[in-house]
Amino acid sequence: MRRIAFIPVAAGIVIGITASLLVMFGNPGNMGVCVACFTRDTVGALGFHRAGIVQYIRPEILGFIIGALISAMLFREFKPRAGSTPFARFFLGMFAMIGALVFLGCPWRAYLRLAGGDWNAIAGIAGLVCGVLIGIFFLKRGFSLGRNRKTFMFAGYLMPILAVGLLILLITGIQFGKTPEGNPAPPVFFSSSGPGSQHAPLIISLIAGIVIGIIAQKSRFCTIAAIRDTVLLKDGHLLQGVIAFIIAAFVTNLFLGQFHPGFEGQPVAHTNTLWNFLGMVLSGLAFTLAGGCPGRQLILSGEGDSDAAVFVAGMAAGAAVAHNFSLASSGAGITSFAPYAVFIGLAFCVILGFTMRERG
Amino acid sequence: MKKTVDTRGYSCPEPVLMTKNAIASDENGELTILTDAGTPKENVTRFAEYSGYKVETEPFEDGFRLNLTK
Repeated sequence: MRRIAFIPVAAGIVIGITASLLVMFGNPGNMGVCVACFTRDTVGALGFHRAGIVQYIRPEILGFIIGALISAMLFREFKPRAGSTPFARFFLGMFAMIGALVFLGCPWRAYLRLAGGDWNAIAGIAGLVCGVLIGIFFLKRGFSLGRNRKTFMFAGYLMPILAVGLLILLITGIQFGKTPEGNPAPPVFFSSSGPGSQHAPLIISLIAGIVIGIIAQKSRFCTIAAIRDTVLLKDGHLLQGVIAFIIAAFVTNLFLGQFHPGFEGQPVAHTNTLWNFLGMVLSGLAFTLAGGCPGRQLILSGEGDSDAAVFVAGMAAGAAVAHNFSLASSGAGITSFAPYAVFIGLAFCVILGFTMRERG
Repeated sequence: MKKTVDTRGYSCPEPVLMTKNAIASDENGELTILTDAGTPKENVTRFAEYSGYKVETEPFEDGFRLNLTK
């Protein structure tokens, strides 16, 4: 297995370059693509949390789902399926999101932060690897969320339909009037300052999202499987894709003047090494137990996988919980409540890991 | 008796782990693995070939039947 894995490497290069270009076009620093942050922003735009600086319906996320649907249709891989312990997946999504928001980024962004010179990401990536290793321990003991089953065609289309619905909300920017104080009333909030206000033009973000969605569907790009399969199966083909992704983003950042090495003053990041590490241990473990990174879950949800869609719904709920319960970190550091949430999440994952065994 | 492993419906990486276990206890040098289309089929095929098996693929219901022989 020492050959160059052409498809994952090509996918990693395209996604890495695209991510850095999205920052040039206006996305927040080292956040060309972040599934956790962008899901959080989208959830905020819908008013499920009221952190005013992180509210925007991110077209990249919608594009992932739509792109995955297009690719799955094209390659005859669209298959409506459901029923593999969905509510446990919901909680895995929720805790994965909380962990990611303590660190400030999903695994994709952890690598992008590294590629932008944010050395705080190293602790996060170390935590991620650690979380995946714990997940592998459970997988080896026979951890399983059980078998899914074929389901109705319409059920498989729900996530893509939701994506199109959100896209319509974004394009029309629909407002149901204003509050007496003159603030915009629900359903849609858009940040006027902070990371939520920083975004590439809609059409560029959407096209980038769709392109990444198609490529990721076809290449099976997964930032968790990259580590998992290398350790568990001695199969490094997805790892090659992730390494290509980091290098491509790094080189593009160099060309665009977006590489700023250091620990201090990094965009949307804090310098608390311990909690950068532990936040991502939780995330990495939850993603591993659920079978893939957040990007992969979005892609699967576009392919008709209802269980992945439930995981995404869990991530959305996790984003709301993270902000409403003051668990999400900021540039200033973690909050005083975050450690409790991370430990509860880890305990949940460990209980799941020990109790849900199917294979001997 | 040729062993058949039905990996359909399981999340990654379970289909490959089930295949790995079956290969570990395989005495006849032949196995049948049922997989879903897409990722599991590719992953199981890659793993089986890496483990020294020849893989023949045929469509089966909604997925694939992979015939592994040494």
